[in-house]
Parts: sequence; structure tokens; C-alpha cells
Amino acid sequence: MHGDYFNDYTAVLIASVAGVVLVLTAFVGSLLLSPRARSALKDIPYECGIEPVGDQWSQMHFRYYPFAILFLIFDVEAVFLFPWAVVFLSPFLTSAIFYEMLIFIGILGFGLLYSWKKGVLDWR
Amino acid sequence: MHVGTGASIAFWIMAVVAVVSASGVILLKDIFRAALLLVVSFLSIAGIFVTLNADFIAAVQVLIYAGAISILLIFAILLTRDVQEGNPSNRLKIPGMFMGAVLLTALIVVFVNTEWRLSTEAPLDSTTAALADLLFSNKFVLAFEIASVLLLAAMIGAVVLARGEDE
Amino acid sequence: MPVDRLATGCQPLGFWDGMGLWEQWGINFFPRLGDTMCRAMGGATPGGIPDWLIFAILGLAGAFAVVNVAMLGVPYVILLERKLLGRFQHRVGPNRVGFFGLLQPMADGIKLMTKEDITPRVADKLVFSLAPLVFVVPVLLMFAPLPWAPHAVLADLDVGILYIVAVTSAAEIGVFMGGWSSNNKFSLFGAMRVVALVVSYEIPLVLAIVGVVMLTGSLNLAAIVEGQRFVPNLLWQPLGFIVFMIAVSAELNRAPFDLLEADSELVSGFHTEYSGMKWGVIQIGEYAAIIGFSGIIATLFLSGWKGPAPMPGYLWFVLKMGMIISGFIWVRATIPRLRVDQIMNLGWKFLLPLALINIFVTAGEILAYPDGLPVWLIPVNFAFAAIVVAVAARLLGIQGQPRQVVPAPPVFETMASS
Repeated sequence: MHGDYFNDYTAVLIASVAGVVLVLTAFVGSLLLSPRARSALKDIPYECGIEPVGDQWSQMHFRYYPFAILFLIFDVEAVFLFPWAVVFLSPFLTSAIFYEMLIFIGILGFGLLYSWKKGVLDWR
Repeated sequence: MHVGTGASIAFWIMAVVAVVSASGVILLKDIFRAALLLVVSFLSIAGIFVTLNADFIAAVQVLIYAGAISILLIFAILLTRDVQEGNPSNRLKIPGMFMGAVLLTALIVVFVNTEWRLSTEAPLDSTTAALADLLFSNKFVLAFEIASVLLLAAMIGAVVLARGEDE
Repeated sequence: MPVDRLATGCQPLGFWDGMGLWEQWGINFFPRLGDTMCRAMGGATPGGIPDWLIFAILGLAGAFAVVNVAMLGVPYVILLERKLLGRFQHRVGPNRVGFFGLLQPMADGIKLMTKEDITPRVADKLVFSLAPLVFVVPVLLMFAPLPWAPHAVLADLDVGILYIVAVTSAAEIGVFMGGWSSNNKFSLFGAMRVVALVVSYEIPLVLAIVGVVMLTGSLNLAAIVEGQRFVPNLLWQPLGFIVFMIAVSAELNRAPFDLLEADSELVSGFHTEYSGMKWGVIQIGEYAAIIGFSGIIATLFLSGWKGPAPMPGYLWFVLKMGMIISGFIWVRATIPRLRVDQIMNLGWKFLLPLALINIFVTAGEILAYPDGLPVWLIPVNFAFAAIVVAVAARLLGIQGQPRQVVPAPPVFETMASS
């Protein structure tokens, strides 16, 4: 059915090259057409007209980090769900596959409930 | 379907890109650029999976590594202080180099001494279903369930980290 | 190998298996164009032109066609949005350039081209220039496996929908690159917020797809459309559809999730320092993502290019995409922006549980009726979805307490007491 595996991925490769070429064309076009008038004021970071205070660098709040870890964990979970969903209809498998996934999600769901109760999911 | 010359050319290009960008990760002083090169390395490894007819694994590689782990890494970089200074030079440079050399030698020895066998079977039409059949059969189902416990441990670790911060 | 077939003659005009772009569009759209091209290239002079050249030329043509559909669709989606937003606000919208403002996108494009392209001196120039590219290319790659009509698909990937999810997740790297390299506090804050938002909604988005995959038993998009031969998936998956729509509008940073453009707080998020064509490219990326995601919604839930009346497939597909895009614009004109904490609550405490419930309810239904779901399940599904959404919203309302009132800083207290 999907015999032309390499052709399909070559098409993906060519599409990405086409995308890069189109974007670069736009860049070159603006390079040729746009005016250039540099001034010291334009180099200042834009902060709504107020002069920037302090260092450009500011350390990020920790609250973002737990969300990134939870995202990674649930992404991995989703990766297991996809093959499961693909063979779910297949006649060779028994309903055991349903309970296998129920246990898997149950264990992770426990983790979700735990972080919910501990307030990690609250934005502070 | 045989692996044509196109696939081997693609393999070599991506292998070189993967190795070069991985060494860039180590050598660059700017850690944000280093993280970006790591993403390039992940993507070229995904490309190598594609040339091996492992399209599901390739998509997973892009989704998990280029999409999730790199985000986690960049978040971590943004959390650190004095990031502009880049990697400070390490006092353990000499022992580190020594260990690196030992590891490299071990890898080369293994690589040279292994008998690499190529599968003569025709690649599968759909790798996803075959993967699932193995994963949810009696063979690997225990490993699959244990993976969820591992993920749970990571999740609880994240919770403890997050709570420890304001207590 | 397809090249062999080209060299032997022009019979099936599809030049790559799985990519019958000329076959399909040639017959439906430009009669005999595909045939003429084939004769001109390989059929008339077999062996005259190297096979790889034919392959390369036709491949480039197909790729450029699909990428251009995305790129050229963008200005008209922007125009549609401006027109509709105007109507929603009792205005006329752009109507000066060309008939009904139809040439407005051209004017905008020329304006962007001739604007000065400022790169801040303190910026990391290489990363700054590459960021729009990294932001746009994944979005364009999303179009590759979309079936526009029967067999009219650039890359008929077996892992189609997983590929799309994977590729779109790479666009966040572009957001980070832009935010970081600008060396501007607002850019970095904007990038962090956007990525935190996108990351939170990607999970329900992916999990909502699983229900559809279960009904079809394939990740391939053409197979998913084929699986909706009789009934679109929307009817079997109302809960999944709701979750997916909300998650997609968050993923696109559309209102009411447009924290990216929370201009009262963040100037304009990660692209604060961008101007000229680089800014334009980022805009193209955002709107191309809207087109792409509405194509995915149409494919997954609204039976793609299939329709009840005999009409060419791509017309059905474009019609459905247009309806979904108009829906997004309607939502933008109606619902006010949410706060960050509300958005996070909605993602993790509302959509994620609903997506998990949806998966197991679908699994249970399939287990109970392995030979095909009965029709009476459709109203049951809708009633169930309504009840679950209402209950979950209630719980969220109780749980999501209003933000704590921040006590005034001590400076003001001493001033007040003295």
C-alpha cells in the first residue's frame, strides 16, 4: 500500500528545501528593496519608549520548569498510545490490550492527581 | 525494497551532520547555540531512522527529542544565572579528557570487533502495527508497564522539585 | 521505481506512487495538462532525458505547488480575517485597494518588502536571522501529508498524523530562537510564555487524535479520510473534537489564548524586535499554521475531501477549511483573552482529563461493538460529551479560585501611615 516509502520522504525533503528557498527569497528581496538608515537609537531594545533598565538578561521564574517536565512525560505516554490505538481494532488481539493500557494510564493518572493535589498545576 | 544509493548518500550526509553538530555542542562557548546544535543533531538522527525504514521511530525522535527534550533543555538554560558568560572552564579537564579517551577507545574496539549483520528481510509496510503487536503481546508487556512506573517516578521528582522551591 | 514507469510511457500519469498530483488535478482541474507534461518529459523521448532529472523536476514542481498553496493562501486568510473582524465590529474592513480590498494583501506584501529590516546591535545576529526560518519551515512541512483530493497528496506517509504532530512541535524552537536572540526582556518573556502555553496544550491535542486513530486503525491521513466513508468522525468523537478545537486554537496562539500578542503586557511577545520582511515571514508562519491546522481538523473530524454532493474533492476540502478558519475568526471576535493562570488551569485540569476520558470511552465503545459502532451511539455520544464538559467546567470553576490579592508593597504602607 505504501510501497514508495523513500519517494514520500524525498518529497518531504524537497518540500523543506522549497520552504527554505522561498523564505530566503523573501529575505533577499527585502535586502534589495528596503532602505537602510542606521542610528544609535534604533539599536536600543524596544521597551515601549522607556529607556531599558538594568541588564538585558533576566533569569526565568522556576514555575515554568515543572510544566516542561510534565509535558515531556505525557508526550512519551502519547507515543505509547499511538501504536496501541492503531492495533486496537485488529482481530488478533484480545481485550487484554484494553486493560494493559488502563493500568498504564492509571499509573500516570495517579501521578497527575498527585501533582494536582500538591498544587504543581497551579500557576503561581 | 532494496536500500538504494540515494538512501546511503542520505545516511552519510546525516551521519556527518549529526557528529559535527554533536561536537559543536561540546565545543561552543555559547550554551544557547550549543542547545540549538543539539536539536540539529537530534533531527539528523531522525533522518537516519528514516533511511532505516523506521518511520515511526523517526517521528518519535522528532516529537520527543527535538520537540520536548530540547524545550526542557532550553528552559533549564534560561533558569541558570550568568548564562551570558557561557561554559566556565572546568578544573577536571585532564581527568575528563582521560576518561573520554578511554571511552572512545572502548567504543572503537567494540565497533571494530562486532560482526555487523544486515537483515535480509524485506522492510515492513507499516512499522507501527508491528511495533504495537510486539509491545502489547506477552513478550514486552511487563517492560511497557514498568515504563509507566519510570515516568511516574519522573513526575513525582518534578513535583518534589517544584514544591521544594517555595518551602 | 516510478522512473521506470515514466520511461515506459504515459499511462498512469501519477509520477510518484502515492503522489498522483498531476493525475488528480490534471484531470479535474486542467484537462490533459498532466498528459502533455508527461509526453513532453519522458513519454516521447524515453531515455533522452536522464531519469533522475525527470524525478527532480517533477518533484520540485509538486513540492513548490504544495508549499505555494500554503504561502499564497496566507494573504487571503489575513484579508478574510480583517474583513470578517470588520463586520463583527460594524466596520467595513479593507475596501480601498482593488475590488472589495482584494489587492490589499499585495499592498501589504510590497509594504513589508520595502520596510527597513532592523537587527538590534545587541542581538545574536545569526540566530536572530535564522529564527523566522525555523519558525516557518516546520509549518510548511505540515502540508506535505495532507490529502487534498483522492491521491492528491505530496507525501503519503504511513505515520502521517504523528509526523504532523512531531513537525509542528519543532516550531517552538523558532520561538525560543527569536525570543533569546533579540536580547530584549519582553521578547524572552513572550517566548517563555508562548512555549509554556503551547507545551501545555500539545498534550490534549495529541491525546484527542488518539480517539480518531482508534476508529480508523491507521495513522495514515488518506486512510483516516477513507475510514469516514459514511459518517464523519465528528459524530463519533464529539468530545475529542471539542478538546482538539480548543487545543488547536491555543497551539495557534489565537484568541482567546493570544498571550503572544498580549500587547498590554508584553509589547508583542517574542517578535518585538522583528521588523520588515523577517516580521512578515513570522506572520506567514502563524497564518500558514492556521490553514494547516484547519486542514488537519477537516481531515480528522470532517471527512476531509469527501462530501455528500458530487463536487471535486479539493473543493470540499477547501470549503471545510474555510468554514473552520471563519470559526476561528468568529471566536477571536467574541471571546476576551484569558489570564495565564486560567489558561494553565484549562489545559491541565480540564482538557487533559477530558482527553483521557475520551480515549477510554471510545475504547469501551469499540470493545462493545467490534463490528462497527451502531448509529444510536451518535446521540448518546453527544449527550455524554455535553454532560462531561458541563461537569468538568463546574469542577474547574470551583477549583480555579480567583487569584490572590497581592498585598501592597511595604513602601506604600509606610507612606500611608506617616
